[in-house]
Amino acid sequence: MTKRIWLLAGVILVLALGLVACGDDDDESANTGGDQAAEDGGSSEPPNIAFLPKAINNPYFDVAAAGAEQAANDLGGEFKQVGPSEASAPEQVPFINTLTQQGVDAIAVSANDPNALVPALKRAMDSGVTVVTYDSDVAPEGRQLFINQATADAIAQVQVKLISEQIGSAGGEIAILSAASTATNQNAWIATMKEELKKPEYSKLKLVKIAYGDDDDQKSFQETNGLLQAYPNLKGIISPTTVGIAAAARALASKNSDVKLTGLGTPNQMREFVKNGTVESFALWDPGQLGELAYYAAAALVAGDIKGDPGETFTAGDLGEYTIEDDRSVVLGPPTEFTKENIDDFDF
Amino acid sequence: MKLRWSALLQWETLLVFLLVATFLMGSSIAESFLTGTNLSLATADLMEKGIMALGLTLVIIAGEIDLSVASVAGLSSAILGWLVDRGAPLGAAIAAALLAGALCGLFNGLLVARVGLPSLVVTLGTLALFRGLAFVVLGDRAVSEFPLGFTEFGFNNVPGTLIPWPAVVFTVLAVLAFLVLHRSWIGRQIYAIGNNAEAARFSGVDVDRIKIGLFVTSGMLAALAGVVFTARFASARPDNLLGFELDVVTAVLLGGVSIFGGRGTLIGVVLGLFLIGALRNSLGLADVGAEEQSIVIGTLLIVSVMGTNALRGMQERAARRRPAAPIEGGGRS
Repeated sequence: MTKRIWLLAGVILVLALGLVACGDDDDESANTGGDQAAEDGGSSEPPNIAFLPKAINNPYFDVAAAGAEQAANDLGGEFKQVGPSEASAPEQVPFINTLTQQGVDAIAVSANDPNALVPALKRAMDSGVTVVTYDSDVAPEGRQLFINQATADAIAQVQVKLISEQIGSAGGEIAILSAASTATNQNAWIATMKEELKKPEYSKLKLVKIAYGDDDDQKSFQETNGLLQAYPNLKGIISPTTVGIAAAARALASKNSDVKLTGLGTPNQMREFVKNGTVESFALWDPGQLGELAYYAAAALVAGDIKGDPGETFTAGDLGEYTIEDDRSVVLGPPTEFTKENIDDFDF
Repeated sequence: MKLRWSALLQWETLLVFLLVATFLMGSSIAESFLTGTNLSLATADLMEKGIMALGLTLVIIAGEIDLSVASVAGLSSAILGWLVDRGAPLGAAIAAALLAGALCGLFNGLLVARVGLPSLVVTLGTLALFRGLAFVVLGDRAVSEFPLGFTEFGFNNVPGTLIPWPAVVFTVLAVLAFLVLHRSWIGRQIYAIGNNAEAARFSGVDVDRIKIGLFVTSGMLAALAGVVFTARFASARPDNLLGFELDVVTAVLLGGVSIFGGRGTLIGVVLGLFLIGALRNSLGLADVGAEEQSIVIGTLLIVSVMGTNALRGMQERAARRRPAAPIEGGGRS
């Protein structure tokens, strides 16, 4: 009998551990915002729009949610955010089904996989739910509109512009600290940067090395030190990844180096380095504006103001007017540049 | 015989009552709960857990446990994805995934039956081991390009009905498992092993072989669950079905299967399964997060073990007071 009690205790312990682990990746939060406007049954009923990010409890998506909630307040609509706590496509599917059953007007989703969500999203659209994607798209048949944070061109151009401004007219050697050598986004941006560097205004900038930090903090730190040793005349580093730029900033600060640094980073990561002068400026789109635009676009689709066809225009509150591109997407606009002057206006 | 049916009736009556209560609760907190499409979707969401629960029921009644089922399913999904990605024909890839599941089960079974290690420890180890292998096979990526027929099977209903195809697979397997457990000599030997393995051995039951066979069956069914899951989400990932063992073990124990072996019925397990599914679905529609849902499911697991034990204790005390009644029996038919 004692043996059985121990067995029972063991099973319960193991499953309790499993429960914790399981809870970890199934987490979901729901917060309702916006005016809980009374249903008046009219055609101008305020929209009820749900956001399904790649994962919740992620600062980036929390800022996007805050932007969406702002838009919901402005429109008198309803907003909620649900999602898994780990970025996994199969875990997003049940949320799509649940939202469809709940009868929300629209779902805005940031997809963890371009294909896996498509069948569920199609079924949602068949039931009359409007589907838009933001931040990360699905195959076009799975959504009505994609809210794109920025085009690859704009992202590459702003980084070359910033490093050029920081180094000054004398120019010199620059290096790129990227993520993994196979990273799709980064490679596309780097290709565009190389084109950009051919322009006459950047003729004095010479790209000498592309290093790969694999989006690993330690490795990015070491690669930065390696660049400084291998290229004593190095004037600047572009790191088009949020992990890389933070690690590079730490490496430069620890050596008190005057090598310039820019790239894509979040204000919270970079605040101390901007304030102590290690980094003058960097860029990223504002996820809050992305969430806001996604809400306005979904609301316009729900209201029937737009159908998602190329060339249609709609107004997204204080963000202004947007036009739908040929691939049924809307581009938020050029990335936001962060400097000592404006960095305290952002919290993400 | 008499006692078995009356015992079954008591626990199952309670489960049916709980299931009805959950449905009432579900329809009161979310008006979309009692709609055809929702019940169809909720059923589809439950089928992998159900398929794994069938194998696990047999293992637990034989007095062992298999905690590695969800990891075997994940490994099966990874192997399937890896092979399809390399251009293997779908049929061959599915066969390889099922074979891998059988081998996983064989590994568990040999360690338990031949080496004599406790199945709790062995399958806790392989829970981690097989999940790790899944990541080795596929790396940290997903395969989502599958033949259309495969994903349509996962996603569509039987034409003209609201019955999802995976539910058809589950129903066929559940009937087979029922026949094996309750209508065949294998089932009688499984109960005998679970009640008293030594006594079964002395009565000529090849305990080791049956146990190994049960682990292989559990592994294959888990692999099949992995294949069905891959079809339903058109996505093979090494972390597919992560953490599903909680619901599977809960469904089996809630169904009235004794964690100490020798007792339980398949009908109870199916009821337990749908009880969990109805609970999770209605809570989900009410925007209760999966984390909070897990609190409910975990509590349910412990309460169900205590409940079945208490019920059994009462039955045994009653039997002792009436020495004429046969106290033997659990699940012998």
